[in-house]
Amino acid sequence: MKTLSVRVKSVALMLLVAGLTTGCATSGEAKDPIEGFNRAVFSFNDGLDKMVLKPVAKGYDAVLPNPVRTGVTNFFGNVADVFVGVNNLLQGKLTAGASDLGRVAVNSTIGLLGVLDVASNMGLEKHDEDFGQTFGRWGVGSGAYVVVPVFGPRTVRDTVGLVLDVAADPVANLDHVPTRNILVAVRLVNDRADLLPADKVIEEAALDKYSYVRDAYLQRRRSLIHDGNAPREAESQ
Amino acid sequence: MKSVVAFVSSILIATVVMANDMAPDALIKSVSGEVLEIVRADKDIQSGNTKKAADLVERKIAPNFDFLHMTRLALGRDWRQASTEQQKALANEFQILLVRTYSRALTEYKNQTIDIKPLALKVGETDVKVRSEIKQPGAKSIQLDYYLQKDTTGWKIYDIEVAGISLVTNYRESFASEVRNSGIDGLLKSLQTKNKSGDTVAIKK
Repeated sequence: MKTLSVRVKSVALMLLVAGLTTGCATSGEAKDPIEGFNRAVFSFNDGLDKMVLKPVAKGYDAVLPNPVRTGVTNFFGNVADVFVGVNNLLQGKLTAGASDLGRVAVNSTIGLLGVLDVASNMGLEKHDEDFGQTFGRWGVGSGAYVVVPVFGPRTVRDTVGLVLDVAADPVANLDHVPTRNILVAVRLVNDRADLLPADKVIEEAALDKYSYVRDAYLQRRRSLIHDGNAPREAESQ
Repeated sequence: MKSVVAFVSSILIATVVMANDMAPDALIKSVSGEVLEIVRADKDIQSGNTKKAADLVERKIAPNFDFLHMTRLALGRDWRQASTEQQKALANEFQILLVRTYSRALTEYKNQTIDIKPLALKVGETDVKVRSEIKQPGAKSIQLDYYLQKDTTGWKIYDIEVAGISLVTNYRESFASEVRNSGIDGLLKSLQTKNKSGDTVAIKK
C-alpha cells in the first residue's frame, strides 16, 4: 500500500506542477493554456515510448499468437470491468452498472478467470467508464489539457480521475509485490500493443502530432462522457 | 483509344450515379461491403501496400466524399478569407491527406466486420448521420459514424467519426493555428510539405 500512496502523491504533484506553470507558458489555444509545458512532456513521453515501450510491445505482438493476445486483453478487461461497473452506478446508470458486474460474474467463472469474454457473446456489452467520466457526468468541467508524464494526455478533471483510477485499480493493489509488478508490466505492454495499428494512422494523418493527439483526446473524452452521443460541435462559420 | 476511355469513364460515372441514388445507409453498406470484400481477398493491402490501398480508396470511396465540404469544415471561420483558388488548392491537398490516412487504416485491417445501423430517413431530410459499428474478435467494438449531405448528385459523405473522433474537425485547431501564424498560404504550404513527405502515393485526378 505504501507504493500506492507514493504513486498517488506523485500524480498529484505532477498535477500541481502543471497547475503552477499555468500562465508561464504561452499558447493561443483556450483549452491548452500550458501548451509549452505539455509539448515538453509530450516529447518526453514520445521518446520514452519509442525507446522502451513500443519496441517491447512490437516484440510482444510478434511473438504471441492472436488468441493468446485476446485472452490477455480479456483478462485485464475483466479486472477493469469491476470499476467500470462502479462508475456506471456512480453515474446513476443502474442497468449498465448491473450489466458490468454481471459481466464480471460470468467472465470470472465460465470465462475462466476472465480469459474468455463469454459475457459479450451473451449480449452483455462491454462498456468504457472511469472516474474522470463520472466527474464529467456530474457536471465537473474538464479544465485545462494536461499531458501527464508517462500516463499521457489528460485534462485536469481526468487527472484527478486518474488518481482515483490508480488508487482503485485491483492489479496495482495486489499485496504480493512480484505478482503485482509482473501483471502491471504485462498489462502496460498489452495495452500498448493494442494501440500499434493506431500509431501508423496518426503518423499518416497528423500535420502536428502533438495537436492531433490533443484534439483527438479531447473529442474522444467528450464522446465517452456522452456515451457516444455527444452533440456535434458548432461549425463556427 | 479515346472511345475506350470515354466508354470506361461513362461506366464509372454510371456506377457512381447509381450508387448515389441509394438511401444513405444503403450507400454506406454497399460501399463498405464492397471495399472490405476486396481488402479481405487482397494479401498485399493487408501486409501494408499503401499504394494499392490508396488506389482502392480513390476508386471506391473518394467519389462518395465531398472534399470541398470537408475542407470547409476543417477550416471553420478561416474558410471565408481564402480565395476560390486557395479553397480549391486546400481541398485538393486535404483530399490527398485524407485518402492517405484512409488507405493506411485499410492496411491495418484484420478480421473486423462492420455493422451498419438502419436509418429512418425522414421525407425532405438532406443532412443525416449513419451509425455503424466495427466489430472485432476479442475487443470492444468501435463506433463509426458517417455524416452525409444530399446535393444535386446524391448523398455525399462530409465527415467520419471514429470512436467519437471526427477525422475532419480534428484538424480544426492545427489548421487555425497555422493560418494564425502564416496565413492561408502557410497552411497550404504545410499541407503540401506533409503530403510530399513519407511514402508518396500517386493520386490520379
